[in-house]
Parts: sequence; structure tokens; C-alpha cells
Amino acid sequence: MSIVADTTRQPATDWTTVLHGWVTTVDHKLLGIMYVVSGLVFFVLGGIEALLMRWQLFAPNSHFVGHATFNQLFTMHGTTMIFFVAMPMIFGFANYVLPLMIGARDMAFPRLNAFSFWMSLFGGLLLYVSFFAGGAPDVGWFGYAPLTEYTFSRGHATDYWILSLLVSGVGTIATAINLSATILAMRAPGMTLDKLPLFAWMMLIDAALVLFALPPLTAALVMLLLDRSCGAHFFDVQAGGSALLWQHLFWFFGHPEVYIVALPAFGVISEVVPVFSRKVIFGYESVAAASVAIGFISFGVWAHHMFAVGMSPGLDSFFAGASLLIAVPTGIKVFNWLATLYGGRLRMEAPMLFALGFLGMFVLGGLTGIMLAAAPIDWQVTDSYFVVGHFHYVLFGGTVFGLMSAFYYWWPKMTGRMLGPKLARWHFWLLFIGFNLTFGPMHFAGLMGMPRRVYTYQAGQGWDVWNRWTTVGAVVQGVAMSLFIINVLVSLRRGAPAGDDPWDAWTLEWATSSPPADYNFETVPVVRSRRPLWDLKHPDDPDWKHE
Amino acid sequence: MTRTWAKVERVRKCGSLAGTCSRLAARTLFVAVWCGWLALARPAFAVPTSIFEPASPTAAAISELFYLVLAITGVILLLVGGMLLYCIVKFRSGGKATHEPPQIYGSQPIEVAWTVGPLLTVFVLLMVVIRTVAETRQPDLTSDTIHVRVIGHQWWWEYQYPDLGVTTANELYIPAGTESRPRPILLTLESADVAHSFWVQRLSGKTDLIPGRQNQLWFKTSQVGVYRGQCAEYCGAQHANMLLRVVVQPQRDFDDWMAHQKRPAVEAAAGSAGREVFMSHTCVNCHLIRGTPAVGTVGPELTHLASRATLAAGVVENTPQNLAEWIAHPQDVKPGCNMPALRLTPDEFRDLVVYLETLK
Ligand code: HEC
Ligand code: HEM
Ligand SMILES: [Cu+2]
Ligand SMILES: [Cu+2]
Repeated sequence: MSIVADTTRQPATDWTTVLHGWVTTVDHKLLGIMYVVSGLVFFVLGGIEALLMRWQLFAPNSHFVGHATFNQLFTMHGTTMIFFVAMPMIFGFANYVLPLMIGARDMAFPRLNAFSFWMSLFGGLLLYVSFFAGGAPDVGWFGYAPLTEYTFSRGHATDYWILSLLVSGVGTIATAINLSATILAMRAPGMTLDKLPLFAWMMLIDAALVLFALPPLTAALVMLLLDRSCGAHFFDVQAGGSALLWQHLFWFFGHPEVYIVALPAFGVISEVVPVFSRKVIFGYESVAAASVAIGFISFGVWAHHMFAVGMSPGLDSFFAGASLLIAVPTGIKVFNWLATLYGGRLRMEAPMLFALGFLGMFVLGGLTGIMLAAAPIDWQVTDSYFVVGHFHYVLFGGTVFGLMSAFYYWWPKMTGRMLGPKLARWHFWLLFIGFNLTFGPMHFAGLMGMPRRVYTYQAGQGWDVWNRWTTVGAVVQGVAMSLFIINVLVSLRRGAPAGDDPWDAWTLEWATSSPPADYNFETVPVVRSRRPLWDLKHPDDPDWKHE
Repeated sequence: MTRTWAKVERVRKCGSLAGTCSRLAARTLFVAVWCGWLALARPAFAVPTSIFEPASPTAAAISELFYLVLAITGVILLLVGGMLLYCIVKFRSGGKATHEPPQIYGSQPIEVAWTVGPLLTVFVLLMVVIRTVAETRQPDLTSDTIHVRVIGHQWWWEYQYPDLGVTTANELYIPAGTESRPRPILLTLESADVAHSFWVQRLSGKTDLIPGRQNQLWFKTSQVGVYRGQCAEYCGAQHANMLLRVVVQPQRDFDDWMAHQKRPAVEAAAGSAGREVFMSHTCVNCHLIRGTPAVGTVGPELTHLASRATLAAGVVENTPQNLAEWIAHPQDVKPGCNMPALRLTPDEFRDLVVYLETLK
């Protein structure tokens, strides 16, 4: 697509000009890329932290890093991965793709969008500055009181942790407002809510979850900050505060958070699986409805993280029931994806490989989730390595595999270039094998009684063998991710040109150039069905006849 | 008509041959898997802290529930995973296709089926869970229940027997009762600082020790032995070394142990020089030795220290060398712990160890 040459603007070759462009931009596409890049940088940091931990735990009684460093490592790794990898990557893709997908010119509030990105980035930087200000936080990613109170956590590490989450949380809430406004008010003519692409549906639900889940966390963090710096006593037990109050507030945020990072992956899968199976999604309505159900139920299960705090049998049973119930809508979606695959013509390209990997791994994580929802089983395995295995299957096997699928799927749109298919296959298979080597054995270590968050363990408890495999797997994953980064760098320089629509796909973003021009679409597209490009490509048998 | 007949015929013929082959294959596979399990996996699972080696009715109920849920989720995994693999194998496309496959937009009956099926499964699961919760949580107490107050400290355990007037640390002694009538144990869990969690895998699931709260945990066992466990809620620097040891003894041995614990510290002539050192240093601010001027409560009670098998919540065995090492360099043995290293002369250290060794 050609643009009329803008003779007043100099070509941006000078790096200060480029930098100025990045820093001052309010364009959703540039911001989207910046989100994704910052997510990847933090992914590398969090990955290095994970590898250091695994090196320490390779053998019993190891002295590679001490207790102080180890406790900082898992706190930083967990906080980084959740708040500065998963969330920014998700918002990055949403930012880039959503307006294109619904035929909009930009997000509803472009300036707010830039504000959100910078808050997120500064939050992450604030977290990492702590390393140079007397040590990183070491209270775990859910920072249970009263360990976070000043009595037990001197210095400023915990304050950095609080401020970092507060700052990035403001950005996250603003993003949620922006996303929901965009989806609700900026759709192309003809795109009623029942013709919304499923990725957009998931992001809409996601934004709603953020709006209800983040404020309790923000409130809890402010209370903790007041405790630490002004002598308030919200969580200070000695002064009449409540340790459990923090747990309730945190998990009221924390459980929906799991779905906040999972739903967008569901959205990606709901786009990628149909396109690479060459079939329309099976049961569009029930996929959307099941996700809404998940959104509602996810606010009623938080205390399944607290089965061991000594609740009454009635409460235990209630939260067990609610948690089990969430398996039903989740299952519905998995069945819908499978039915979409069935009878299709599967193209095993990188986005599809990761989508299929997602399906397998997420199902495994969901099934161990059912075990954990059975409260008595949870009394044994909560806070053990079994849980660490479980949540990596959903967070890594689910969210990160989903994000990788998104990356391979939309990268050609974002850059106009393809990623190398051969390196992509190596990346997938090594990651898949390394992933299972790492997190599979963790389940067994946990069942054999190994608690999480231990910097060392004694020999002779039968834990050594599982830990060795886990560490080997982590190294394999490190290699896999390096291949990925090489692939990205190579593609930037000499990737094959992608063209507008390399995957022969059906949503609006593929109707414009790659990368799209500033204004996204030359003319506002008009939509008649859920797959506008299918209608265009099959005028004889358009979708709107069937919906 | 004839075609159907031929088809059935062929299937039957194949059936006999395939049947023999597959039976053989299945048997070989079974034997192989079983040998493999015995050789590799079985030892890996028979470990002193496995949740699959329950030694109490409550732990056994949980391990049974685990097997049940494992079976149900296993079936689901086979169904869903099998379906996924089938689709991948059956429907992956070779070269370039010229036309799109049939588009199927959905099917209400199928979607209703895969909503109702899981709903029923979940309902059954929930019923089983509720039953197990009721079974394991409802304490099965008797008049001779042993009541112990467990207080978690950063990074050691305090045990008080209020009915018997005894306090000890780090090693929990309980009686087994008899085979037919094990004595119930009721633990009241409290914390002196941050949250901890009491987890002895073979005796019970874990329950947290939360400051400002009193939790309860009960179990009973008739199996004599030493059970290991560990704090399972992150509690700061030495969370990894806040180990648990539960010693289950026959009733008579337990009574002897209890009678011994009730006595004040042994005063042996050999220890008098070391006693002098202990009483004249800050040890007394933190440690209690009954029958002496040492009445501190910051650290573990030491009245019968020498009768314990381990030191510092299970970090090292209780030998004279380890004890000497601990007193001289607690921050090397358990870095970050709340016991400071004191400056003493080598002679003082030697005397101190001799004294502590007399505290049988
Ligand atoms: C500031 C308080 C403090 C002082 C002073 C102190 N200790 Fe300790 N001591 C502790 C704490 C706390 C522990 C538990 C450490 C742990 O396991 O984390 C402990 C543990 C011990 C243990 C191991 C107990 C067990 O049950 O395994 C011995 C023995 C001991 N101290 C001896 C001494 C001697 C001897 C002195 C004087 C030279 C001394 N302590 C001074 C606080 C103190
Ligand atoms: C290379 C891949 C990864 C490896 C090897 C890895 C390994 C680990 C290890 C060893 C722990 C500490 C367990 C403990 O000591 O209790 C941990 C904790 C954690 N990981 Fe990962 N991880 C990886 C990727 C991820 C990803 C992608 C996410 C999320 C998107 C994630 C989220 C977490 C969280 C939330 C924790 C808990 C931290 C805490 O206990 O406070 N990890 N991981
Ligand atoms: Cu503890
Ligand atoms: Cu602990």
C-alpha cells in the first residue's frame, strides 16, 4: 500500500529521532511492540533467575547460591514472570492486534495507552532497581503478612516490591479501561458483539476481570505500605492486625489473575486453531459464553489457595466445589477447540505447533488443578513442588505457549517478515521437551514431600533424582529460548517478506498491509460476519449465510 | 448383503491372529512395565516423606482420595489427549490443498452432552471430597487424647504438653497407643512470629501456624517410628531448614520419656565448669534450662538437650563435634538464624560442650 510521500518529515535515521519517536508515541502499534519487547527482556531476566535457582537445586546440600540470594531469586522470578512478562506481553498483542481486528483506527484513549505502557515499564524497573538499593525483595510473589511487616523485613526491598506492583497496577487498570472502551465503542460498522472475533471477546472479559481484581490488590498494597512506613497495623498481628486479611485480599486478586493471564491465551488459540485447521470455530457462542462463566466463577474460588489455613469443613467444601465447577466451562472450550480440529486440514506451522502444545499442556495443568481443588489432597500437596509443577503447566504451558503462538502468528503482520520455519520447529520441540522434563518431575518431588521455596534439601529423601531432571530440562529450555531470540534477530534483518495475509486468515487485521500504515485501514471496512475475509475469499458461500 | 458378510468374515480372521499378537504384546508390555516399575520407580517412590506411605488413618484417606482422583483425571486425560493425538495424526495436511474442508459451525446436542458430562463428573467428585473432608477433619478424640501445643518460631519448633507440664523443642514425641486403639493426638498450632506450616507427610496433610490464630490438627497412628517432615509455609531466611521430627513410641517408652522430661536438668560434676560459662554469658537470656538460673525463652529449651537426636531443627545430628560447631558458628551451620555467635575462648567452648552433653 502506498502512502503519499510526506515531504515535510525527514527520514528517521538519526537514533535520537527514532528514540524520540518511541518515547513520544501514542500509536497503538508502536506501543504494542514496546510492550512485547519489554516483556521479552523481562522474560530473559526471569529466565536467568530460574536457571540460577535450578543450578542451586541440581544436587542436595549445594552451595552455589546461599539462602539470601535464593529467596530473592524466587521472589523476583515469580513477580517478574506474572507482572512484567505475562501481563505486558498480553497487553502488547492486544494493543497491536485488537484495533486492527475490529477495524478501528487506534485504541479509544491513545494517550492513556502510552501512560499505561510507561507505568508498566517503570514498575518493572522499580522492581529491579532494588538489586542496587540493598538487595531484592525476598518475601515470595504473594508476600504473606506478617513476613512483609517491617519487624521481619528490614531495609527497603519490600517497599520496592510494593511500589513496583502499585505503579504497574495503575497502568494495568488504565489498560483495562482502554481495552473495554475500544472493544465496546470502536468496532467497524456491522461488527455487532456476536460477530466479534473470539480474541476480542476474551480480551473484553479479561479487561472486566482486571477492573474487579486489581483494585483489591492495590488496596492491600497501600495498607501494607502504611503498615511499613506509617505504623498502621492492618496486618501487624502483635498490634491487633490480621495476617489472614492479607491472604484473603491477595488471593481475591490472585485467583482471577490466573485467568487474566490465561484468557488471552484462550483467545489466541481460538484464532489460531481455526485458521490452521481451515475450519470455522466450532460453537462460537459456547466458547464466548464459557469464558464469561469462567470470569464470574473465578471470583468465587480464591480461598482454594488457603485450604491449609484452617478453614471450617463447610468453607473447605464450598471452595472445593466452586473450584471444581470451573473445570466445566474450561472443558467446554477444550472440547470446542478439539471439535474445530476434527475434520480439518491441519497446517503444522509454528503458530499451530504452539497452539497444539498449549492444548496438551494446558489440559495436563487443568487436571492437576482438579487434584488440587480436592481440598484433602491440597492439604498434602499445597506449598509443595507439586503446586510448582501444576502452575507452570498452566502459566508456561498455557499462557507462554499461547503467547508464543501469538508471536509466530502476528509477527509477520507486525514486521512484514516471516520467522524462519526451521528454527521455529527446533524452538518448539526443544521447548516442549525441556518444558516437560522440567515441570513433570516437579510433581513427583512434591508428592515425595518436597516443599517449595527451599534453597537446599538433604540427601536421602528420594528427591535428588527429580531435581536433577528438572535442572536438565531447564537448561534445554534455555537453549530453546535462545534459538527463538536468534530467529527473531535473523528475521528482522533478512526474514522472507510476509505479504498482507501469509496465513490465508479471516480476521480484519489481515486485510491491511504488513506492517499496517499509521491509519490502519484506507477505508473503514464493513463487516457482515465473524470471518470478514472468508466472505471476501468465498463470495459463493459466505459465512453470514450460516450464522 | 454379501459385502457385509465378507467384511465380518475378514474381521473375524484378523481377529484371531491380531488377538493372539495383541495379547502377547500386552503381556510383554505388562511384564516390562512392572519390572521397570520395580526396578526404577518403586524405590523412587518409597521414600520417608512420601504421601503414598501413610501411617495414620487420615493420611491414608487422603492418599486413597488421590488415587481415586488420579483415576478419574487419568481417564479424562486419555480421552482428551487421545482425541488431540487422533486429530493431529488423522487430519494433518500434506501438500497444498485446493479447497477448504467442510465448515461446521457447531452442534447443540454435542455441546449439551459435553457440558452435562463434566457437570456430573464434577458433582460426583465433590461428593467424595466432602465425605473425605468430613472424615479427616472431624477429630476422633478420646479421654486419653494427647494434647500438644505447637508453637512455630523462625526457624524452630516449640512443643508444650499442657496436661503433662512439659516443654521441649524440635522433636515431637508421641505415644502409639495400641494396634487396635491408637491414641489420638491433638495439636494446637500457633506462631510466635510469621506464618509456618506443620507438615509430616505420612501422618497428615499440612495445617498452617498463623500468628494471632489457633489452628488444630489431629491424627493417630499405631506405627512406631521416626517420621520426618518440614515447615511448608515460606517463613524467611531458613525456611528450608525448619525440619520436623516426630518420634512415635510404644506407650511404655513414651511414659518413661515423659517422666524423664519432667525432671529438672541433670547436675553432673563433669559439667560444672561449662555450667559456669553458660550461666555467665548471654546464653541465659535466650535459653531455658529448668532448675538453673537460665530462663530465656527466645530460643529452644535446653533442659534435656542431649536426649535429642538432632540440633537446630534437624539441620545436623546431635554429636559433640556438631554441637561444638553449632555453638561456635551457628551462622555457618544455619545462616541467618536467630542465634548469634558468641566470643568465647577455646577452653570455654570445650567446657560448654561438655556441660551441654551432660543435659541428658
Ligand atoms: C539471641 C538469643 C540466643 C543466644 C544469646 C543464644 N542462643 Fe542458642 N539458640 C537461639 C535460637 C533462636 C536457637 C534456634 C536456632 C534455630 O534452630 O533456628 C538456638 C539454638 C541453640 C541450640 C540448639 C537447640 C536445639 O534444640 O537443637 C543450642 C545447643 C544452643 N542454642 C546453645 C546456646 C549456647 C550454649 C549459647 C551461649 C553461648 C546460646 N545458645 C546463646 C538463640 C540464642
Ligand atoms: C525457564 C522456565 C522456568 C523455569 C525453569 C522456572 C522455574 C521455577 C522455579 C525453580 C521456581 C521456584 C520454586 C520454588 O523454589 O518454590 C519457580 C517459581 C515460580 N515461577 Fe517459574 N520457571 C520458569 C518459567 C516461569 C514462567 C514462564 C512463569 C509465569 C508466566 C513462572 C512463574 C513462576 C511463579 C509465579 C513462581 C512462584 C514464585 C514464588 O514462589 O514466589 N515461571 N519457577
Ligand atoms: Cu516455618
Ligand atoms: Cu517455613
